[in-house]
Amino acid sequence: MTSKETGTHGAVLEDKAPEKDTPIVELRNAGKAYGNIRALHGVDLKVFPNQVTCVLGDNGAGKSTLIKIISGLHQHTEGEFLVDGRPVRFSTPREALDKGIATVYQDLAVVPLMPVWRNFFLGSEMTKGPWPVRRLDIEKMKKTADHELREMGIVLDDLEQPIGTLSGGQRQCVAIARAVYFGARVLILDEPTAALGVKQSGVVLKYIAAARDRGLGVIFITHNPHHAYMVGDHFSVLRLGTMELNASRDEVSLEELTNHMAGGTELAALKHELAQVRGVDVEELPEESDLTATVASSEGKS
Amino acid sequence: MTQQAEPAVTTPPAPGPGKETDGRTRQRPLALRLLARPEVGVFLGAVAVLVFFLITAPPVRDGSSMANILYQSSTIGIMALPVALLMIGGEFDLSAGVAVITSALTASMLSYQLTMNVWVGVIVALIVSLAIGLFNGWMLVKTGLPSFLVTLGTFLILQGVNLAVTKLVTGNVATDDISDMDGFDQAKALFASSFEVGGVNVKITVVWWLVFAAIATWVLLRTKYGNWIFAVGGNKASARAVGVPVTFTKISLFMLVGFGAWFVGMHQLFSFNTVQSGEGVGIELIYIAAAVIGGCLLTGGAGSAIGPVFGAFMFGLVQQGIVYAGWNPDWFKAFLGVMLLGAVIINLWVQRTATRR
Repeated sequence: MTSKETGTHGAVLEDKAPEKDTPIVELRNAGKAYGNIRALHGVDLKVFPNQVTCVLGDNGAGKSTLIKIISGLHQHTEGEFLVDGRPVRFSTPREALDKGIATVYQDLAVVPLMPVWRNFFLGSEMTKGPWPVRRLDIEKMKKTADHELREMGIVLDDLEQPIGTLSGGQRQCVAIARAVYFGARVLILDEPTAALGVKQSGVVLKYIAAARDRGLGVIFITHNPHHAYMVGDHFSVLRLGTMELNASRDEVSLEELTNHMAGGTELAALKHELAQVRGVDVEELPEESDLTATVASSEGKS
Repeated sequence: MTQQAEPAVTTPPAPGPGKETDGRTRQRPLALRLLARPEVGVFLGAVAVLVFFLITAPPVRDGSSMANILYQSSTIGIMALPVALLMIGGEFDLSAGVAVITSALTASMLSYQLTMNVWVGVIVALIVSLAIGLFNGWMLVKTGLPSFLVTLGTFLILQGVNLAVTKLVTGNVATDDISDMDGFDQAKALFASSFEVGGVNVKITVVWWLVFAAIATWVLLRTKYGNWIFAVGGNKASARAVGVPVTFTKISLFMLVGFGAWFVGMHQLFSFNTVQSGEGVGIELIYIAAAVIGGCLLTGGAGSAIGPVFGAFMFGLVQQGIVYAGWNPDWFKAFLGVMLLGAVIINLWVQRTATRR
């Protein structure tokens, strides 16, 4: 896929020199409790420009809570949340957007019955004219939307068609192009490839790489380690609301990542039990010791 | 009516990219694309009903009958507009009918009992109407309850308050005649006068109706606020996520219905001089039906301001046409039901066509 060669890119300016480059978004020991349910705790995350930070985790691992905190839909209840080194607490998504943090949600935050160009500019419409007759600058918006979409390599025949008529991949790309256009410095992508086919996933990964090459910090939420490894520079694995792995690209292999993602440590612990069940192949499962070593020291391959 | 045949709804054509196209979409024939627009559907429906009555009820062909039909349509149409905008915004207001009477009662009783200039009553009524809208919107946003429940509550409250307060203040079910009070003539000129066009007496509400419809169309299609209305009705969560002020949009839409209720209430007060406190019940459904027939999606996110104009016109036409044709007026409601069902089925079909992959 196109993102093959981009893998080395991020390794050049990874987070080993934080003094040179402060992260745009940083979470320090952050957490969130809904009433007495602790959805997330002890999470550290740094997002640098020109880097793709992958957050992996199974369902219910706390991925959604994490992005909701960063995108301003929810507030963290413990730890620190810093933007450009300053602690912040967003009460609306608008505030996050104003800081340059844009989120592309799983449902893409599009209004299906509205035309593509209206969706593109929704919430940040271009206007012209003085107040009582201030109106939408439709021509400019259409032109800009068309231009921006072409920049990202998306060609649509008719921007007037309802966005609901586009395919999942196309909609995803429109949402990414929108975020990039609106001066996002940090782009949060919530499982952009979850509902897509192989080819469409490739297209979306290409746009993730394109967004990163435009200087954005990308937070790529996924539960597919293969997709993550194609574009990622840094990997964080969440499990049961806390950080299980936090490693940069040169510290972790795809195999390890996959094992962590698949609940590898748990599976390893179950290995002996599973071995007694007929029909379960435990040969390929890693030993528990292999995995815990990586987590603790974040060293290279086992 | 035919001068409005042009759907003022299409946005100007895209500044032709021309360079390269996806090539997978085929341009459908113009007629088919036009038919897919709900306001075109209701326009054709209105024309069909008009032709039907022109043939079966000869008095309809007269200019003054047409003015009468337009007047009847305008009293529904002025309220159908904000109700339609609210519906596009994803909510509906069952209290709209009785809120009209509340507004008229407020203005009438306040000026009469305190013997003040009627304009004082008119202004206070406006404030009360907007406050009812604010209350509806605020309750909806705060509680997250469906608008059906919230406004059903307001509907019952207002219905009771209208009757009880009127009886308490005037000792009667109707308010006193205010036609000899200060400022009455001025207010009547604004809300309930009429003028001659080519020997036909046209009520001023027809003008207001069309002016409001033009403004509503412009706002809906050419302003930020209009964009927000579509967005909050189409997908509230998405709209909020991209920074649309959802709370403001919803509350202001309810207040817009309040404004409409005030205007129609003032019209009723200054054309009949007194107000019957028990009126208005059931009228809210007429407004909603006019908006739905006009192509507004009951679930929100789609519709127009011009569609409800034709929707209201169909109502006025059927209501008066039945009388002119010499039939039993009881048939009116039956006609309504048929029109409503037809419109809803067409809407459904349009929505499916529009979102087809």
